[in-house]
Amino acid sequence: MAKRIDVSGLNVYYGSFRAVEDVNMTIEPRSVTAFIGPSGCGKSTFLRTLNRMHEVIPGARVEGKVTIDGEDLYGQNVDPVAVRRTVGMVFQRPNPFPTMSIYDNVAAGLRLNGVKKKSQLDGIVETSLKGANLWNEVKDRLDRPGAGLSGGQQQRLCIARAIAVEPEVLLMDEPCSALDPISTLAIEDQIAALKEQYTIVIVTHNMQQAARVSDTTAFFNIAGSGKPGKLIEMAPTPKMFSTPSEKATEDYISGRFG
Amino acid sequence: MSTTLLPTNEPTREPESRSLLPETRPLPGWMPWALAVAAVGLSVLLLLALGSLNLPLAVVVSVPIFAALVGLASARLEGTRRAKDRIVTVVVYTCFALAILPLLSVLITTIQRGASHLTPYFLTHSQRGIGPRDEGGGIYHGIIGTFEQVGIAALIAVPIGLLVAVYLVEYGRGALARAVTFFVDVMTGVPSIVAGLFVYTAILLGFGTTPKGVWGGLALSILMLPVVVRSTEEMLKLVPNDLREASLALGVPKWKTIVSIVMPTAIGGIVTGVMLSVARVIGETAPLVLTVGATDSINFNAFDGPQASLPLIIYDQAFRSSPYAQDRAWATALTLILLVLILNLVARGIARWKAPKAR
Repeated sequence: MAKRIDVSGLNVYYGSFRAVEDVNMTIEPRSVTAFIGPSGCGKSTFLRTLNRMHEVIPGARVEGKVTIDGEDLYGQNVDPVAVRRTVGMVFQRPNPFPTMSIYDNVAAGLRLNGVKKKSQLDGIVETSLKGANLWNEVKDRLDRPGAGLSGGQQQRLCIARAIAVEPEVLLMDEPCSALDPISTLAIEDQIAALKEQYTIVIVTHNMQQAARVSDTTAFFNIAGSGKPGKLIEMAPTPKMFSTPSEKATEDYISGRFG
Repeated sequence: MSTTLLPTNEPTREPESRSLLPETRPLPGWMPWALAVAAVGLSVLLLLALGSLNLPLAVVVSVPIFAALVGLASARLEGTRRAKDRIVTVVVYTCFALAILPLLSVLITTIQRGASHLTPYFLTHSQRGIGPRDEGGGIYHGIIGTFEQVGIAALIAVPIGLLVAVYLVEYGRGALARAVTFFVDVMTGVPSIVAGLFVYTAILLGFGTTPKGVWGGLALSILMLPVVVRSTEEMLKLVPNDLREASLALGVPKWKTIVSIVMPTAIGGIVTGVMLSVARVIGETAPLVLTVGATDSINFNAFDGPQASLPLIIYDQAFRSSPYAQDRAWATALTLILLVLILNLVARGIARWKAPKAR
């Protein structure tokens, strides 16, 4: 299942503005990689390039190379739709489909990709909701609207929806920033469980969260407004939080700036 | 000794302090009513003095007098902020009354003069064989014609309108999208007679064909199209981008995202918009005058021979001198108003039924 991501010489542009400059990194399979850094440093932008979601934003484009287990994400004949089936994404704000029930939300990715068989869907919905640690809370009301759940439950529903299509990699863009500490804890527990199966990349502003959930941490920084964001340092999380090799990383982690 | 050694227990003067929350006495509840009566009385007196008393004028004059009286009383008792609030309240309610007045007037007159002739017989018979001075007959042929013509218009305008709106919101970038938006705006302003003349010259004269229901539908669709585009566009814009991204991130192709996520989320508003566009054209007379012909007989086939329609019947009957014809015109007008009302209620029902629910 889970796959390795290799990024080399990646630049992201919005029109003529370079948002992210020359990123090189390797993301190991079945691990959690956290991106930290100040706002506007390009970590979310960079995250989006890992499943080509940046292409949804008008004017955004990429130079460089991203491979997943050796396959070029930006190859000539690669369909972005296929990329996104392999690399799923969970967003900052919970965004369940408002017209759909809890069940339909989880089944949406499969249904819209042509899976019709009820028995198959039932199984996947249950597994996904269990994987998202939501099954016990919603199993008796699967036909109720997904939008009626609490914020934390909605976000777990979105995670269930993302894993229902069985991606190899799961990108999470500040998945807990709109949630209370208890829901955050539930999601962090779940990330720990999901990493058995998936490669997880998470963007977070919460340094404790990065320290708690991730195996590897990458620190992005920006020299000033109007300048591109850069990858400053990437190392195993314990090392990053105890003996980072860059001064900027130490300053950021110890709260001296940013 | 006249003075004691003990300190006098005279209370010390507290420095004059201004309360943070000064108390105001609100205007007593009866006061506005009393002032309203006073305002009416004053205006009647004023008009009597001027020697031109009539009821509507008295109402018109008493409104500003009332506003002034309430404003003064309130400024005296409650302070200027509340006085302003009361004056603006009077202004707002007055404007609302002014806006609703013509509508009510039209409705009441139409009901008064049309209701008694609106019978099942009237709705199920045509004007065939009814002479210019005869009583009787009905508007069944017009109901058939209107439904078919508006139906044809909707069949043409709704799919095109929906697709144009989808293009503008989901795909359109740059000069082409701006041009489309511009021409939709221009179309919104096209006078309805121009739509009729266009079909008349381009189709009837251009191909040398005769008036038919379908040409009326075509003319109506020209008027309907911009309304459908505009309302659908607004509704699609209201769909949060988060939902599109969520769907795309599941590996759902863009077209399927639009069809399965964006459109269903907006469907309530889209249906309302379509119904409003139908209501917009169902009463149009001008585009039909030149395009559908006119007949007193029932013609189910919009593709062959002239067809009647409700607005044309109103237009035709209202100009006849026979009192029976006048009655028929009012009853037809009432039928048309009821049709629009029913369409609006249906649209609201569908919008509520399809709206995303929280629980």
